Amino acid sequence: MFESLSDRFDGIFTRLRGKGRLSEADVDEVLREIRMALLEADVNLEVVKALQERIRERAVGEDLSRSLNPALQVKKIVLEELTQTLGGETLRITYASKPPTVVLMAGLQGSGKTTNSAKLAKWFKAQGRNPMLVGADLQRPAAVAQLRTLAAQIDVPVFSASDEVVLSGVGDPVDVARAAVAEARRLGRDVLIVDTAGRLAIDAELMAQVRQISDEVQPDYTFFVVDAMTGQDAVSVAESFHATLELDGVILTKLDGDARGGAALSVKEVVGRPIAFASTGEKLEDFDLFHPDRLAGRILGEGDLATLIEKAEGAFEQDQAEEAAARLMDGTFTLEDFLDQMQALKKMGPLSGVMSMLPGVPKEVRDVEIDDRQIARVEGIIKSMTPEERSKPEIIDNSRRDRIAKGSGSSATDVTQLVNQFKQMRQMMQQMGGNKFAKRKAKKAKKGKKGGGRVTAKGPVQVDKKAFAFPTLEEMEAQLPGRGGSAGSETLP
Amino acid sequence: MGIGPAQSLLGAVRLTVKERDLSTSAELVAAVKEEMKAELAGPVTLARAETAPTIWLFVGVNGVGKTTTIGKLGKRLTDQGDRVVMAAGDTFRAAAAEQLGTWADRCGADLVRGEEGGDPSAVIFDAVSSAAAKGADIVLADTAGRLHNKANLMEELAKVRRVADKGDGTVTEVLLVLDATTGQNGLQQARQFTEATEVTGVVLTKLDGSAKGGIVFAIRSELGIPVKLVGLGETAVDLVDFNSDEFVDALFA
Repeated sequence: MFESLSDRFDGIFTRLRGKGRLSEADVDEVLREIRMALLEADVNLEVVKALQERIRERAVGEDLSRSLNPALQVKKIVLEELTQTLGGETLRITYASKPPTVVLMAGLQGSGKTTNSAKLAKWFKAQGRNPMLVGADLQRPAAVAQLRTLAAQIDVPVFSASDEVVLSGVGDPVDVARAAVAEARRLGRDVLIVDTAGRLAIDAELMAQVRQISDEVQPDYTFFVVDAMTGQDAVSVAESFHATLELDGVILTKLDGDARGGAALSVKEVVGRPIAFASTGEKLEDFDLFHPDRLAGRILGEGDLATLIEKAEGAFEQDQAEEAAARLMDGTFTLEDFLDQMQALKKMGPLSGVMSMLPGVPKEVRDVEIDDRQIARVEGIIKSMTPEERSKPEIIDNSRRDRIAKGSGSSATDVTQLVNQFKQMRQMMQQMGGNKFAKRKAKKAKKGKKGGGRVTAKGPVQVDKKAFAFPTLEEMEAQLPGRGGSAGSETLP
Repeated sequence: MGIGPAQSLLGAVRLTVKERDLSTSAELVAAVKEEMKAELAGPVTLARAETAPTIWLFVGVNGVGKTTTIGKLGKRLTDQGDRVVMAAGDTFRAAAAEQLGTWADRCGADLVRGEEGGDPSAVIFDAVSSAAAKGADIVLADTAGRLHNKANLMEELAKVRRVADKGDGTVTEVLLVLDATTGQNGLQQARQFTEATEVTGVVLTKLDGSAKGGIVFAIRSELGIPVKLVGLGETAVDLVDFNSDEFVDALFA
């Protein structure tokens, strides 16, 4: 199973504790672990080697005598090195003096060009621009139809060949692109986004074609669209596209998956142009500027706290969460509230995925098979209860219990267990909370901001736990039937 | 192909080297290849139901080539005389049904589709009923691409699988379509999709590119799932049965 860099370092650094400086041999050992971690994350082998050298230079002789946590120090170096490699400059779009500003989208089949062309159009619109999309993929069945459907959602016009030409398969994308530029000028559109067909980097004919399209439209920006789960092949593909088109930037897609994303690192090394945008979902709004520090952490398996916070902020309505927490603390938290919380938690994705986003979560906790089906079972039980039963579980007698069990397809024991655990939790929260929470709430009300930490190149900053204001994940997880108490605690550096 | 599988492969090769007293590097490479070919070899036939219609379900993450593969397979089947129904089970992606419809037209297969945003299970169920009524042989069921780490989407797919079997046909193959350019994540994809739908075989696509698709080795060794088909391009004829000898030779090329 994929180990995070932390896990890999655990063994080594326990032995190195107490040593002042890292010797060459120590560094070699550490570098070996780093190499494994990066390869597992799909970073290209040559890129890994280059990175290793840079890290070696910084790490040898690094004075760890003062450091209480040498593992952390080395991790910092690695993270900084990766962030630097991934980031550096942010792409800032400068618009052409003579409109339209032309953007060309290129990449392999299935990388997400069409979807992201529409996302980019939406993004430009939000910047106050007047974009037009060009359906120059005449190869893939219904590619133009797909673009038209997406464009309609954001009220952006699409230019392409006529439907008959598209269906006949005789259309020439170069002609379409040429005509599109003229049309954009005619209509006064100031940004033109040209979607092209996916093509293999080794397909000489199609690479020549995209070169022709590029020559024809003279793009101000050529974006290479790359799937975040791409493996070792990312380098040769990037090299080929860059040699043919002189890329200006990269758009990294499907980051909502759980691929580590090492391909991004490889591509950046090879192309030397910024990763401009990150696409994080199938909807048109799942698109944003790229954050190198977040991906650096993810590549190392170190968790992505900032993304987690965003997800949490999305899934839990802030004020709802606060109200629920208030009820929890004063003992009026009901099973209905619990159900809401669980459903919100579900929206964040599988619990194991969420757990993996928490930095510093001990391996033992993360590796526990967090069974989303258990959550589904608990949900089922609560849903089989009447509203009265949910707010006053005390009334659940044997006959109610049996009815609930039948309705949810679980056993009477399961129901009893859940109710008892819930009662225990409620009591515990009441004892814990009380004044502490009331004070916290008052303070938050004064502050009035959403809060949330940011992961920077220096490492995760202290997260403002107040931003969460509801039971932590371990607390909730510990209350699931079948689980004991927390297996570990979440420590934030 | 994955550090773990690579290590265990090398372990097996070490034994062979000892047994046969191999000494040259050429012999060593040959031994490695042999081991790999043996591990990857397997049946590539696609199972049929005892009574028609047979249902083959296509699953996978976004952009791997599920719809295109169905298009190619449709052609192969209609060429050999089968009556094919294509089910537009991707009700999410813009113009997905149109895309599949084009492929159906190209080979004379029937298309069953629903509303965009509709219930995929219903579309596939309807396709199966329609196939049964018409006496069609095979239903090729497309599904929306989905990332395997999205619990709700995987649940939806599990439901699709269950419902597909409930009607007049039998699901005899659940084919995981995997992009050869995918890295280590391919193994996790295989794990999750297998858990949701019991994958029976892999279709490895885009192997005409420079990517080698080595992750199928890990998928076979850990999950026992064989590669049955290989996609080698975007046209209807670019689909071949998996050949482990050729595949391994290409890995080393």
